[in-house]
Amino acid sequence: MKLTDRSVAVDRSPMTFSERIYIPGILKGLKITLGHMFKKKATISYPEQQRTFAPVFRGLHVLNRDEEGREKCTACGLCALACPAEAITMEAAERLPGEEHLYREEKYAAKYEINMLRCIFCGNCEEACPKDAIYLSETVMPANYKRDYFVFKKEDMLLTDEQVKAKRLKLRKEQ
Amino acid sequence: MTIDTFLLIEKIVLILIIILASMGIAAYSTWAERKVAAVMQDRVGPNRAGPFGLLQPLADGGKLFFKEEIVPNNSTKWLFMLAPALFIFTSLLTSAIIPWGPDFTINTADGSRTVSLQVADINIGILYFFGVVSVGLYGIMLGGWASNNKFSLLSSIRAASQAISYELALGLSLIAVVMLTGTMSLREITAQQHGFWADGYFTWNVFKQPLGFIIFLTCTFAELNRAPFDMAESESELNTGFLLEYSSMKMGMFLFAEYINMFVSSAILSTLFFGGYNFPWMDQVAQAVPSGVFSLICVLVLMAKVVGFILFFMFVRWTLPRFRFDQITRLGWLGLIPLALANMLITGAVVLYVLN
Repeated sequence: MKLTDRSVAVDRSPMTFSERIYIPGILKGLKITLGHMFKKKATISYPEQQRTFAPVFRGLHVLNRDEEGREKCTACGLCALACPAEAITMEAAERLPGEEHLYREEKYAAKYEINMLRCIFCGNCEEACPKDAIYLSETVMPANYKRDYFVFKKEDMLLTDEQVKAKRLKLRKEQ
Repeated sequence: MTIDTFLLIEKIVLILIIILASMGIAAYSTWAERKVAAVMQDRVGPNRAGPFGLLQPLADGGKLFFKEEIVPNNSTKWLFMLAPALFIFTSLLTSAIIPWGPDFTINTADGSRTVSLQVADINIGILYFFGVVSVGLYGIMLGGWASNNKFSLLSSIRAASQAISYELALGLSLIAVVMLTGTMSLREITAQQHGFWADGYFTWNVFKQPLGFIIFLTCTFAELNRAPFDMAESESELNTGFLLEYSSMKMGMFLFAEYINMFVSSAILSTLFFGGYNFPWMDQVAQAVPSGVFSLICVLVLMAKVVGFILFFMFVRWTLPRFRFDQITRLGWLGLIPLALANMLITGAVVLYVLN
């Protein structure tokens, strides 16, 4: 029963003389290999050249801030619930009257830790967050000799002031 | 009996230079192998250890020295240590008969002396090469036996049977060359291939014995355990082999000796078939430069031919898949020996009826 149209009958005829002495075949192979010497190389010399990542590449976590510099995260715990590796832990705190420029809503995360040794970079936390507060950026995870290095605190992941300014500029340009 | 001290010094210096040069060339053959393999496979070879990766052989040697030496418990200790030493000893021994260049004269206080660039000019040169290569086989067999490991033994037996199958064809094709040149001494053979064109035909032996050259080349591949005949080595790469129980520098010695063998076999090939240190228009060059410089030029020409052959060996290795053991033996006994016999008969007939 023929399944596709692409089948080819196997050629089992006995070898011709020029096939049996192998030398014409060897010379053909040598010509192919010689041709490959002059083609372009497929190697990328890291770290001088780097491959560009796809736009949806899932790298290190970043805690977002809005245009005025206020933290978006409200310590709701949905990311910790969604994480399949149980890598996120947090402690909430109430916003005091003098801190309105720092946090957006009345509840904020006082301690927010992600254990990078457990994290599998799946992006579930990014999908679960209702406030668009955590997303995975393009940075590759660095390596270290000590295990204590890998528990990232909130300050390691929060956007810095320069990044907030860059975001504001980008939004203003798009408007 | 008074020893000619100048001759002694000459020979010692020559031996030292040859040994150091062959080890250096073998070390950089490993670098060249990786680079050639890389450019044929659309990638860049080692380029981090020094410019263009030129210090890579030093890094490899250093790594092998620092590894731990493991000697298996129930093996015969002194045979185990002897095998790589024997292998590398016979590899270096075959470089003694190759004429690296023509004699040159230097003027000393007593008058002029001729210095020959060949360590030992024995008149059974080719036979000596043949014998030493056969003794080199002992290194592989001892390595397999002394490892106290049935798989190593099997692999070394296979390597030995491959080597003896191809030694016969090697000898037979050499007989044809000896019939043509009438002498077994390598110096005479090189002298007969003087220049490039004489009496209406090429002087190099490859044009007089093309079939013999192809047979000799194939047998050299098999003697060097080099792809596509590298079944003994591949067993080391894949599961086991005679190299299995060796660690650090002993294994390094085995692998290194293989590259030295490749260098010396390329030199023998170029001396026997490609004219050794002869090149076209050498007489005009000999009259234009002093004799020391001319010898140097001839040595460089021989080196260029040797490097060409080494690159050809590497080229073929990275093109062809390896043969099965029964294919290897069938090719050796049923293919090459009848061909070599036919070659010998034809050469004998031509020498007797045409050239006499």
